[in-house]
Amino acid sequence: MSTTTKKELIDRIAATTKTRRAVVKPVIQMFLDEMVRELANGHRLEFRDFGVFETKRRAARRAQNPKTLEPVEVSARRVVKFKMGRLVKQKLNGRRP
Amino acid sequence: MSTITKKELIDRIAGCTHTRPGVVKPVVQSFLNEIVRELVKGNRLEFRDFGVFETRIRPARTARNPKTLEEVQVRQTRVVRFKMGRLMKQRLSTAEPQVPS
Repeated sequence: MSTTTKKELIDRIAATTKTRRAVVKPVIQMFLDEMVRELANGHRLEFRDFGVFETKRRAARRAQNPKTLEPVEVSARRVVKFKMGRLVKQKLNGRRP
Repeated sequence: MSTITKKELIDRIAGCTHTRPGVVKPVVQSFLNEIVRELVKGNRLEFRDFGVFETRIRPARTARNPKTLEEVQVRQTRVVRFKMGRLMKQRLSTAEPQVPS
């Protein structure tokens, strides 16, 4: 499994949309930044066919350091949940969309 | 919890970057399409600060229809896993949203 970087995607998007890289780059960066901001504000993001991002609250709990076995208090926090869209699900499982 | 759509983000990005929405839209759409394509190929995607997308195999299992209690065989499926990045984690570290929604 290889890792695809943002730079590779930017180059590819520039080519397919015939848009200059200098335009693609800030647009993609801002897209990612805005997503973080909206999720932090407690909003849900829905991109048709792609999927949904939303935050869930995790209650505070007492965990254990697996090495030292020492108990650690973990405070309540929010985590991001991504649910893939129908199209992605089908594509990943080799069925025709 | 209100839902933000792609269109709202596109308009906002267009405004801030002084780029026409007609230019921003295909770029954003192509970005989402490329992510899907890479995941289908089995690749992992890492966006610094934002997070990591990768696929995992969920093994076949026997589930139960909660209504009829009937047992159902569920085939092995590939699912997308998203792990939040450093900045995302930091911004979400408070248990409640900073701005009431």
